[in-house]
Amino acid sequence: MFAMQIDKTIDARGMACPGPLMNLIGAIRQGQVGQVFEVLSSDEGSKTDIPAWVAKAKHELVEVVQDHGYTHFVVRKAR
Amino acid sequence: MKEQEKPLSLVLFSGTDDKLTAASVLAVGAAVMGRPVNIFLQYYALDAFRNGRLHDDHKLSPEATVDQAPAVKAQGGQHWSELLRQAKDVGAVDIRACALSMDMFHLEREDLDRLVDGIEGVAAFMASASEGQVVFI
Repeated sequence: MFAMQIDKTIDARGMACPGPLMNLIGAIRQGQVGQVFEVLSSDEGSKTDIPAWVAKAKHELVEVVQDHGYTHFVVRKAR
Repeated sequence: MKEQEKPLSLVLFSGTDDKLTAASVLAVGAAVMGRPVNIFLQYYALDAFRNGRLHDDHKLSPEATVDQAPAVKAQGGQHWSELLRQAKDVGAVDIRACALSMDMFHLEREDLDRLVDGIEGVAAFMASASEGQVVFI
């Protein structure tokens, strides 16, 4: 589905807000600059929270794709 | 000071699980967005932070109706104490017990869970709040 290489996938489907965002933050903190993270979330809050946090934390939101019942977010750790 | 960097200061008065959860969600949100968070524990909220009592059933607030209560109790999110732990992990979150409430309940520092950073008076809390909002829950 994605041309780019995903370094880590976080399947947070079924988790309540703000669980998926917190899992992404934890993974990015432990990762290396340039690594690409994919989050799968069925939480509606993630649709607003993940883009807001990624912008604030100055990472890069590469892609947001709506799938059946959940959303894929692809984020590159930029710093 | 940019709006986003102003501290968010939460006065927790109610000690019921629903209000503690709602407040903890606000704390996590502010912390991840880079805002310092000050939490001041008074009255019944302070009681919920006693050692070994975090996970007790702290009941729901009176406004929860008979129809709503089961949905609130069944919510699949994390416990409020875990949300606060995460907030402290990702951001600058300072949790203080109100000195007056400590006296009222005859509590000492060691009676409180380690989530609590210390005891302070209301003037010190207001000094930390500085230009940010103060929210009473």
